[in-house]
Amino acid sequence: MYSDKVMEHFMNPRNVGEIPDATCTGTVGNAKCGDIMKIYLKIEDEVITDAKFKTFGCGSAIATSSMATEMIKGKTINEALDLSNKAVADALDGLPPNKMHCSLLAEQAVKAALKEYYERNGLINESNRHIFADTDDHDHENEDF
Amino acid sequence: MSIEKYNIFIVNYYRMYDKVKQMTDTKKKIYLDHAATTPVRSEILDVMMEHFINNFGNPSSIYSRGVEAKRNLENYRKDIASSINALPEEIFFVSGGTEADNWAIKGSAKANIKKGRHLITSAIEHHAVLNSFKSLEKEGWEVTYLGVDNYGLVDPDDVRKAIRDDTVLVSVMMANNEIGTIQPVAEIASVCKTAKVIFHTDAVQALGALHIDVKESGADMMSFSGHKIYAPKGIGFLYVRKGVKIASILDGGGQEKKKRPGTENLPYIAALAKAVVIAQNECCEMSDRLTSMRNDLFNKVLSRIPHSRINGSREKRLPGNANFSFEFIEGESLLLLLDSMGYECSSGSACTSGSLDPSHVLLAIGLPHEIAHGSLRVTFGKDSDPDDIDGLVDVLEVIVKRLRDMSPLYEDFLNGKLSEPHCMLTGDSSYCKSNEGCIRV
Repeated sequence: MYSDKVMEHFMNPRNVGEIPDATCTGTVGNAKCGDIMKIYLKIEDEVITDAKFKTFGCGSAIATSSMATEMIKGKTINEALDLSNKAVADALDGLPPNKMHCSLLAEQAVKAALKEYYERNGLINESNRHIFADTDDHDHENEDF
Repeated sequence: MSIEKYNIFIVNYYRMYDKVKQMTDTKKKIYLDHAATTPVRSEILDVMMEHFINNFGNPSSIYSRGVEAKRNLENYRKDIASSINALPEEIFFVSGGTEADNWAIKGSAKANIKKGRHLITSAIEHHAVLNSFKSLEKEGWEVTYLGVDNYGLVDPDDVRKAIRDDTVLVSVMMANNEIGTIQPVAEIASVCKTAKVIFHTDAVQALGALHIDVKESGADMMSFSGHKIYAPKGIGFLYVRKGVKIASILDGGGQEKKKRPGTENLPYIAALAKAVVIAQNECCEMSDRLTSMRNDLFNKVLSRIPHSRINGSREKRLPGNANFSFEFIEGESLLLLLDSMGYECSSGSACTSGSLDPSHVLLAIGLPHEIAHGSLRVTFGKDSDPDDIDGLVDVLEVIVKRLRDMSPLYEDFLNGKLSEPHCMLTGDSSYCKSNEGCIRV
């Protein structure tokens, strides 16, 4: 069902845990749907110096959390905002169709954390507001892959 | 095939076989999903083989090979009938539990349409039953879905109240495939008999675990499957009590008293007959053994893993069935990690059901979605070893802790942020043995 890479990240997830002095955090999903992702970021000079996660969810939810945090570490906040669910899924050599939802959750968790940072630092403007628009709710019906 | 090619084939075959065997030997797998399917027993395989190569005739043919096949077929039918206290003409061979359920429900509904178009079933049936009813609903039938209590039990009085003048059929399973709850089938059958309504029960999970006597059960129709009792997949039978009207749902030849067309699958029927006879002979002894293993597992899990609960009833339960929920974690992750440690189990989480909702059975017994997502089903079989239970619980304890350590829900719970502890549900000693802030309602 899962690629070897998904299984490898699920069995040995990178960046599990909390960052006690995190610059910002983002939580998406809900328990009713069976998946919640919380991402912690440490940001210095607009560069993500550390990223950690905690996830309640299936194998692919944990694997996408692991991969997404790996992909944004060392990136600038602007680069991290470009992280797409497809890029996360591709980096894991693909996900089964009914699990693409998990990669979207990972993308949204990163954006939710960055939103907190952007808001606090007054960085939200007309050109980036739309990027943060869909991090607030968790609605399966709007998912389109 | 030339002899050279054949030799190469054989050499390659044995190389492959050795490789597979090495792989399986080095990593011992412990199969704990007997409610999903079972391996074929060697003595059952032996009786099948005869009908693949030598006695392969079509029971409808008139030459002696066909006549022999026909005689075998009817003998297998008699073996099954006598072991469940039925008449041979009440046994119809089908492709498995799903077909038996489809046929019983759609066939009897359509044959008795003059009486009315109302049907009754329960909320925790197998999808073969539930979706047969859904399909009839689309054709204009009205279906009442009876709720169950927190243990998954249907109240026979609810059946009585739901029956109307135009009710044609009631279908309630004998034992549930997920939580193992055994229904008061004889009482429900008696309610239906009084009201002159046909009663069907899906006995797929019950066979092999409970001793089946069709007269005692009182059912008009019962569905059975082979692969849950060490026969192959793709074979089963429907018991239809003499006098019950049922229409054919397949068109074809005149097999099975013109009720179920298709050349009889003699090798598999041979296997099924053998499996049913063994199941009926062995179930009492096996039942005691599996019940004690299961209770051992219940006690060890509840005492060692906090925030865990047993789903279903402790008493009215299939011997080999255990079903747990572990709070703050998700079932598919649990299964994958268990598999990596060599334990093969199943779950009612949404991720394993292929939909966004967790198991309809767990929701029907009142579990909130988040608890249903964290469920684990362990089902023992004839070769299960009681010595494997300690190993399973050791592994479970570690895996549950590992998943909780990475769960934001558990973090919230520890920080007192979860306003309502999830392990609420009904008051029963089998629920939530934790000592940290769980409320019993």
